[in-house]
Amino acid sequence: MIKWMKYRYIYFLISGLVIGSGIFGLIKWGLKIGVDFTGGAVLEYKINRDISTESLTKEIEKTNVVVVSAQKAQSDYTFKLSPISQDQRSAIKTTLEKYTGTTIEELSFQNVGPAVGPELVKKTVYALIISASAILLWIAIQFKSFKFGISAVLAMFHDSLVVIGTYALFDHFFGAEVDFLFITALLTILSFSVHDTIIVYDRIRESRKGFTGTLTELANKAVSETMVRSLNNTFTEIFMLTALVLLGGTTIKWFAVALLVGMTSGAYSSPFVAVPILVTWDELEKKIKAKGSLLKFLKLSK
Amino acid sequence: MASPLKKVIFIIILTAICLYVSLPNKIPFTNLNRPYLYFKVGNIEIKKTFDLVLGLDLAGGSHLVFEADLSKVPAGKVKDAMESARNIIEKRVNLFGVSEPVVQTSSFGNSQRIIVELPGVKDPQEATKLIGQTAQLLFAEVPESTAEGSLKITDLTGADLSSAQVGFDQQKSGKPVVQLQFTTDGATKFEKITGESVGKPVAIILDNQIIEAPVVQEKISGGQAVISGNFTTDSAKQLAIELNAGALPVPVKLIEEQTVGATLGAESVTKSIQAGLVGLSMVLLFMILSYGWLGVVADVALIIFGIITLALYKLIPVTLTLPGIAGFLLSVGMAVDSNILIFERFKEEKLKRPFADAMEMAFGRAWTSIRDANVATLVTAFVLANPFDWTFLQTSGPVRGFAITLALGIIISLFTGIVVSRNLLRVFVKEGKKK
Repeated sequence: MIKWMKYRYIYFLISGLVIGSGIFGLIKWGLKIGVDFTGGAVLEYKINRDISTESLTKEIEKTNVVVVSAQKAQSDYTFKLSPISQDQRSAIKTTLEKYTGTTIEELSFQNVGPAVGPELVKKTVYALIISASAILLWIAIQFKSFKFGISAVLAMFHDSLVVIGTYALFDHFFGAEVDFLFITALLTILSFSVHDTIIVYDRIRESRKGFTGTLTELANKAVSETMVRSLNNTFTEIFMLTALVLLGGTTIKWFAVALLVGMTSGAYSSPFVAVPILVTWDELEKKIKAKGSLLKFLKLSK
Repeated sequence: MASPLKKVIFIIILTAICLYVSLPNKIPFTNLNRPYLYFKVGNIEIKKTFDLVLGLDLAGGSHLVFEADLSKVPAGKVKDAMESARNIIEKRVNLFGVSEPVVQTSSFGNSQRIIVELPGVKDPQEATKLIGQTAQLLFAEVPESTAEGSLKITDLTGADLSSAQVGFDQQKSGKPVVQLQFTTDGATKFEKITGESVGKPVAIILDNQIIEAPVVQEKISGGQAVISGNFTTDSAKQLAIELNAGALPVPVKLIEEQTVGATLGAESVTKSIQAGLVGLSMVLLFMILSYGWLGVVADVALIIFGIITLALYKLIPVTLTLPGIAGFLLSVGMAVDSNILIFERFKEEKLKRPFADAMEMAFGRAWTSIRDANVATLVTAFVLANPFDWTFLQTSGPVRGFAITLALGIIISLFTGIVVSRNLLRVFVKEGKKK
């Protein structure tokens, strides 16, 4: 049998590198926060003429609206603006129609007041706390040990750190943005991460019955037994999500990317983060206990 | 215990029923139409068309959030005021001609909101203006001697109207006007006011602005009046709708809007179907390549999973949104995972015991891990779906759509993973058939 747990420091190193580079990106460039949180407007137009976004931006700014950014993909033009009124919304369309000499179709429009952002953050944090504690409890009960629950939740936070960090890089290099869907993706990843961890735990639980070896041995066995399943399962999920990323359209592209990163990290973190933490914890606990009883013994013999 | 064969027959019947429900009304690549379910028992008439309900992001439409200004409402009356505002907005939206609008109140902290969803609305800007207008109609006498601004507001208001409609000025301009018909009570008041103001102007005030102050020629009885402000046909129609629905008890302000045009919605539908089909076929292929005959069975179970899920979306009905589609695709992943878990387990057990025993053993052993793992995912789906509308959690449509499809997918995948594939395997895969 492969002694998976022997190499656990390598796994920690890999995780550390991935999370480290993510955090580096996070600190250096920060996360681009979408309109959902900051407030503002997004206008998406279909304009059947090839015009530079710069000149359109200039036209829009004539209506006394601040243009934060402008993007173009074929005939789709997306403008991020400061919050606007309904009158300004019509004014922008008329101005651009006059300027381009064509009729413009409004593909989508989003306008969010600045009050909504903090509220969303608050609700997300609540959702996070509730689901994390519910999951922690569920695992602790099912596996009769808080060690299992806490290790699983730690792996879960590992995955969210990976996703947030990676997203900061995508943010910087490809213009991804943190929006409402990203938050949803993050919460889903948490549950998937735990899903995978439980599968590995289940094998530990099963072999634990009538087995006298250490937890490390049990863990090695469980990881070996679930490895093929983990790989195959990850493949099917990668197929599904890659199809969504490539073909699913712009609205859910970054949502699918976040899920893809998170799923992969979730599959990795079960055998290579959750279980190693569990094993390390168990060993430390034993060492401390041994030291404790040794001290006691020494004191008594004095 | 029914025999596996009987169970397989049950599965086939269930699938056939679900297939009927989940097929589109017009079956692609053929000229066939799926017949509607229609029967009549006594006085009960049942007609089901089983249409898939698409959310705003797929069908196109507007999601509007209004915040109410409750500064002038006493604390105890807030709930009543919000409820009546909601009703009036709903009336306005219905009169505007939007089919199946959703109007609901929601509160967060101290802020009271009204959420309006208008599927397939063609002119979201008009709709927004229409809903946001308080539409407080007042009539005031204008005393001759005093300066402007000291109007004498009468007790005749928009509440005394029995109806308002758009007409055209027959005598002079031919311009659009709004014709008012007062209730009996209102007619008496109007008669009194006009009687007192012969030769003097009477101001018609809408939301604190004088829109017109015609000079009264003679006492008007019969309870009819005409507002001939500077209307276009649209603005006259809008005012008529607002007056018919009644004035809002509290002023509201639009704080959030999301509008998706029908073109973009249709594009999203096509794209996600494409993505789904490609992803799904890759998964199906992968299963056959990895597990041979077992993979074929898993694929059949997966297709049955898809058919049942779609049928349930239509029956419940679940409003399908873009994130909802993503949730569905993820649950496909879950359904496959159950099978992979079982098959991997089966490979192990096969080394230790005979084929049929190993199969049963694999299902039994894999079940605990499948159950525990899926419960964890259901917990998150529950928090995201927020079925009890807890105000400290989000209630946003898209996230909820995602969570509901995910949860539904997990539950159905438990059924197809354990019941469907297990019995199919019992009946169709025997030891000899493998390779």
